[in-house]
Order: sequence, then C-alpha cells, then structure tokens
Amino acid sequence: MTGTQIISFTLNGEQVEVAVKPAESLADVLRKKLLLTGTKKGCEEGECGACTVLLGGRPVNSCLIPAMKARGKEVITIEGLSPSGELHPIQQAFIEAGAVQCGFCTPGLILSAKSLLDRTPLPEEEEIKTELSGHLCRCTGYTQFVEAVRLAAEKMKQS
Amino acid sequence: MSVQQYLTPLTAGEALAQLAGFAGEGRLIAGGTDLMLWLKKKKFSPKALIDITGIEEFQSLEESGGELIIGAAATHAEVALHPAVRRLAPVLAEACGSVGSPQVRNIATVAGNVVSAQPAADAAVALVALGAQAEIISSGGRRAIPVEELYTGAGGSTVDSTREIVGRIVVRAPGPGGGSAFVRMSPREALALPIVNVAAVLYTDGSVITSARLAIGPVARQPFRPLQAEKLLAGAPMGSLEAFEKAAETAGRESSPRDSLLRGSALYRRQLVRVLVRRALQEATVRIAPGKEG
Repeated sequence: MTGTQIISFTLNGEQVEVAVKPAESLADVLRKKLLLTGTKKGCEEGECGACTVLLGGRPVNSCLIPAMKARGKEVITIEGLSPSGELHPIQQAFIEAGAVQCGFCTPGLILSAKSLLDRTPLPEEEEIKTELSGHLCRCTGYTQFVEAVRLAAEKMKQS
Repeated sequence: MSVQQYLTPLTAGEALAQLAGFAGEGRLIAGGTDLMLWLKKKKFSPKALIDITGIEEFQSLEESGGELIIGAAATHAEVALHPAVRRLAPVLAEACGSVGSPQVRNIATVAGNVVSAQPAADAAVALVALGAQAEIISSGGRRAIPVEELYTGAGGSTVDSTREIVGRIVVRAPGPGGGSAFVRMSPREALALPIVNVAAVLYTDGSVITSARLAIGPVARQPFRPLQAEKLLAGAPMGSLEAFEKAAETAGRESSPRDSLLRGSALYRRQLVRVLVRRALQEATVRIAPGKEG
C-alpha cells in the first residue's frame, strides 16, 4: 500500500489535480506525472539548483520537497513563464546576454531571476548575485547571468 | 520508499495523536530539506510523514517583550529578513542568511536546523550563542530546554521526532548594551558548509563586558562553547583588542577541530577559530552602541 493521494494546486495559472505518493518529490511529479520536463534534475541533493521552481512566488528546490507541500499552493515552472508561447523578457535577456549554453541550468536560473524581479524590479548587483547563488552552471560562467538579469530588468521596466 | 502516508495536522494536539498512533513509525517533517535526503538514503524509514508546517501556532515569528519567538514553521529566509531579528539579534539573521542557498532557505526551517543536529548548522550555532530555549511538546506537556542541551553528544538530537515536537524557539534578545555577530569561512559563499563558523554575543553595561557567549562550529559534535574564553571576556573593557586577542587565542586552544579532507587540516582550522572569534567579537562590539547601523 502506498497511500497515494490526489492533490490539487495551481500550476502555471491552471488548476491541476494529480495523484502523488507520500514522499514523492515535487520534481518527480512535475516531470513524470505532469510531463513538464523543463524542470531539470541535476544533483538531487539541493546543491545545483537545476530543479528550481517557484512555490508561492519563491524559488525552492523541487527535488527536496514532497509534492504534498504544493497542495493548495501556486507553482510556476519554466513552462508557465510565458503562457502565450512568446519568449518572456527574462528568457529573451538570457539569450541576448549569452547566458545560455547547454541549457540545463537555465530554467532554474530564469525562475530565480523572475522571483527576484517580481520583488525588486531594479536589483543591485549584490542582490542579483545572492539570489542566483543557489545555481551551478558549468558552461557560460556567471557574469552573463548577472548581465542577463540587468538586461531583463530594463526590458521589463520598458514594457 | 516505505512511506505510506503524508499527514497534515492542524493542531499540535492532532500531530501528537498521529505520532502516538504510529507508535514510533511516524516522523515529523517541517521543511524537509534534510529529511527528504535521509529518506532516500534510508537513514529513516517511517511509515508516515507528519507535516507540522500547517499548524497555525507554529507559524509565529515575532518579537514580544524583548523575546524573539520563532515558530517551528519559520524558515531561514523569513528569520533572516525579519526586521526585529535583524535589529535585536543580528547574529541570528546573519546565520540564517548563510544556510544553504536561497532555495533551501525558502523552505528549510530554523527549528529543523536544530533538530537535524549537524555540528556545522549555522542557525543552531547562533541560537546556542544566544542561549535560546526550545519549547518541546510531547504527550507529557510542554517544557522549555536550552537549545544547547538538545544534543546527545554523539552527533544526534535528543529530540525524538517520532514522539515529540519542537514547537518554537525563544530567544531573549541581548537588549541595550548587547551586541552580536556571526562570521563564517567557507569555500564559497553559497551551497557550502562552513570550514569554521563563529557566533558571538556580548553583554555590556556600556563600558565593560558583563558577560559573553561564544559558539563555534564544526569543531565538536555539536555547537561548541569555549567557556574559558567566555570567562576571560567577562569584566574586560568594551572593545579591548587585547582581551579579544586573548579570548580568541584561548578559544582556539579549547576547540578541537578534526583533520578533514573537505574542511582543511586541524591546524589550519584551529588558526581559523582564532581569527574568526576575534572578528566576531569586534563586529559584535560595533553593534553595541544604540543608533549605529547594523
């Protein structure tokens, strides 16, 4: 007996219902049951940040939390950033700043950036670095991320 | 995975009844950032997880009569950003802001940091320096125990999360004439356990140190208090560099860090204890004068 429970939560703006096992991680539920594979699993220990999603607007490691914790809450994954299908200004900024290479860390980084910009539309460099400090990247280096968030902030201010 | 149920009680009483119902096979979960890993590694194999973060009384995070009340559901991010914590106990705000990464801090709880009983745990080191008390809720009622006494001495917690709950942590703020600071050295600023961390709390009458509390991690199986160094500081003039040097030297001698491939040699880490204790004392002093920033 595994005690599967059906939970509902708001996922990328839509109400979803899904059956989850008691200790199943949110990352596994998003990827395997809801087929949203934009959320990546890297280290599965909370070290790399690839699995970052927004829970109640704040970035969390979805590999480290039981999906049960999403019940009744709002979850945003990279797929929900821009429901229209067009690139979100943060995504556009990451491309323009050369902050994307293999792409594995990108979804998590962009979601952390979104959480920061939602709270602080014009963040200082230190704030950007702190907010992104929970992400590891092995391709581009980190200066491009800071640049990308700055660029995104400008784009979002204009629009 | 053997977990068969995930329960979300709404009161402490309900949580205790559920724990009792599972007779040692139910385990509390708060943030879960440690526990989820431990479940995977089979350190624990409970039949049920009982999530206490939805219990209203555990969500408190406030200042009341010079005390900071940190409910069991309060996260590191919430405590690090809380205006009263930053004002009255900056040592705790800084320690909470040093744990893990923003993503971890958004979910991991401060009470959980204590119950996980890791000797390097930044928040727990700060709480020990502050002389914080934990309120333990069990079928026998509620009792307050110093956080410092929640360690078994063998790297574990005396809190049995299959039977009892840390409901909240209460910190008596150092108050006027008090100052506190947290310093840490780690390979990088995020996602790295400290090589050494130090929390310092100074109590003064405005010119003389009346008492001092220091906590250091990870140089023992639990946050370590260098009692001789603390004793040396009592009675010293406020801000006396000489007294700080002497206390730092003594703290270095009192602590017994191990050689560690991850954290560096014992010799290096002992030297680091000296440096960081001095820095923490200086930083704590800066914060004593009211009206100054910090």
